Amino acid sequence: MLKKLAILAVGLGVIVAGFLWFLSAPSVLEADRLAKLPDGDVANGEIMFWTGGCASCHAAPKSKGEAKLQLVGGLGLKTPFGTFRAPNISPDETNGIGGWSKGDFANAMLKGVSPNGSHYFPAFPYTSYARMTDKDVMDLWAFIKTLPKSSNKVAEHDVPFPFNIRRVQGLWKILFFKPEPVMTIANASPEVLRGQYLVDGPGHCSECHTPRNLIGGYDYSRWLAGGPAPEGDEFIPNITPHKTGIGEWEESDIAYALESGFTPSFDSFGSSMVDVQENMAKIPAKDRAAIAAYLKAIPAIETIKKKKK
Amino acid sequence: MKKSVIILATGAALFAGSTIAAENPIAARKAMMQNVVQATKMGGAMLKGKMDYSPVAGQLVLRVMNQASLSFGTLFPKGSETGMETTASPKIWSDMGGFDKALVKFQADTSAGFMKVEDLEFFDKDAFGEAFGKAAANCKSCHQEYRVKKN
Repeated sequence: MLKKLAILAVGLGVIVAGFLWFLSAPSVLEADRLAKLPDGDVANGEIMFWTGGCASCHAAPKSKGEAKLQLVGGLGLKTPFGTFRAPNISPDETNGIGGWSKGDFANAMLKGVSPNGSHYFPAFPYTSYARMTDKDVMDLWAFIKTLPKSSNKVAEHDVPFPFNIRRVQGLWKILFFKPEPVMTIANASPEVLRGQYLVDGPGHCSECHTPRNLIGGYDYSRWLAGGPAPEGDEFIPNITPHKTGIGEWEESDIAYALESGFTPSFDSFGSSMVDVQENMAKIPAKDRAAIAAYLKAIPAIETIKKKKK
Repeated sequence: MKKSVIILATGAALFAGSTIAAENPIAARKAMMQNVVQATKMGGAMLKGKMDYSPVAGQLVLRVMNQASLSFGTLFPKGSETGMETTASPKIWSDMGGFDKALVKFQADTSAGFMKVEDLEFFDKDAFGEAFGKAAANCKSCHQEYRVKKN
């Protein structure tokens, strides 16, 4: 009897494992969408490059000026799940991504899947980039192809079991990879819609400004309402229009802060937001205004901080 | 008699000043940071046209920022790492050399636009804008490295 039960348990285990294996398989873009990927426009690609903040992780840490365009990789992101190292994404054929096809790049950005068909860790914010249009992704690709090559070889991620099993990411994706828009804003103006696209897509603001659960999934009910930093022990500010967030900022204040790094009370941005702001200073003023318009249009949510020990 | 009162009063004032900085450096640096915040706010308001620009005000904004840059070096002694919800990063103490370098840059950038009182008529809004931009860039670069807003 016991033996029969054991066989049954093992059998069930195998079925469950097989089912999970099936569920966690990486999915890529459909063939007809891949075939229709447009040719990229470098000028718009550069706007996407700064909006997307690519250089903040993929250029050498603390780079300024031209060095920001050398996507040598290597920045280590220390998270509760391990240390992720940003790869070299310069157009070098051997150690960068110069050998990729348009489809490879689109699958990375929009599906979080590498050219060899494995899942990326969501430390690479494809969870947001997946909201980008195919056109903008291809424009970005065209821009990246114009940048200097680097042969820098980046060390492997330092991520412990079980998170180091790429198929585990597949299960995580089923739960948390939701490329559709997070919210519908009634009577949204074209400016607000543009802001929503920039903030929740290429800008990937929610990656830090929206709180996460224990296994790194978003709390969609508290979109952009701030929370503990994914990296380090900082608290990321609430950027919803609640008075505990940035409700007292006017639209022009938000746009000015993104341009200059100064808040309306003339405190300055600090920490990782300095780098983000310096990227945002490089995009067109109307895009900063659109971001501001969206941040004033989203639901106001009160900040929740855990009690201090 | 009068003289000794003045000496005493001056001594007391000096003593009181050093007491705040020595016994409560966190309070002292917070107060000084607030002076910089208010000065920067005035500078920004003048440049944005929300307040009238005057060369005197512009010059004083730079002087307040420079004053702070000269004082911060003494206001982060060992033992003032925690308390009063300080947002000073532990990196200030683990990387004192880097922090000092940032302060030297802050001093240089805030004094670059200094003018003598008799030359102030030449300190127009554009000149102020350039000097202020250079000085204020230090807020961000230093906060990027040496400030943490904790959980």
